[in-house]
Amino acid sequence: MLNPDSVGRTFTGADVVTVTQSEIDAFADVLGESDKSVAPPTFSIRITLAQSQQLLSDPDVGLDWTRLVHGDQKFQIHRPIVAGDQLRCSSTIENYKVAAGNEIVTVRSDLHAGDQLVVSTWSTLVVRA
Amino acid sequence: MVDFGGAGMIEVGTVVDTKVFWIDRDLLKAYANASGDQNAIHQDEAFAKSVGLPDVIAHGMLTMALVGKFVTEFSGGSATVKEFSGRFTKPVIVPAGEKVDLTVSATVSEVVGNDVRLDISATSAGVKVLGMAKALIAMAPGR
Repeated sequence: MLNPDSVGRTFTGADVVTVTQSEIDAFADVLGESDKSVAPPTFSIRITLAQSQQLLSDPDVGLDWTRLVHGDQKFQIHRPIVAGDQLRCSSTIENYKVAAGNEIVTVRSDLHAGDQLVVSTWSTLVVRA
Repeated sequence: MVDFGGAGMIEVGTVVDTKVFWIDRDLLKAYANASGDQNAIHQDEAFAKSVGLPDVIAHGMLTMALVGKFVTEFSGGSATVKEFSGRFTKPVIVPAGEKVDLTVSATVSEVVGNDVRLDISATSAGVKVLGMAKALIAMAPGR
């Protein structure tokens, strides 16, 4: 079970993730997107899912990542991601509830390039009972 | 109502032409590599069944990425998307050796200046796979 004290806490990654053109190319190719000058709108999930999992795997948080199902997803894109972006992820558990024994956790992850907020994402994750 | 030139008038109620994407196991493997999501339920049939799924299922985020492609084809490129959201209501089931459809359509629900909001529908084998799907796009010039 999630530690209730975790709700509202923000965990900021120590690592800066550098986006490469080949990563954008590979993602765009899967979708049949020929314009690779910017990343496709959902590309940031490649960074935020792994980063938030790492940040929220702290035993103090108490989130069981092995039984997670992705419930919903939202992106707010302030500007498109481009090759060479150096992004830092910070993740916050914005909401938590238990319904029918399932834990429902809303994780917000922000990607910053320096001081500039590039993308905010919200993932609702369901930990199955 | 906004005159975007190329695409003509876009107003509340304008219907975006339906598009069908085809999903197979090869695409799941390609998306796993491109996204870094190597969860076995998207590639390994025996594993998927062992955790109670009917078969291998597509990544929800692959479904959403393809819907994103549908949106950006309408709006004029990946740089136009300001907001994009959806709920994973049912899995897209991908049996071995088959191509399954992802059928996407949308209706314009709001127009403010160059900003256009879309209500999107996405089904596979007739089943709704993405619920409450919405996008806010800034129409590219000439669209």
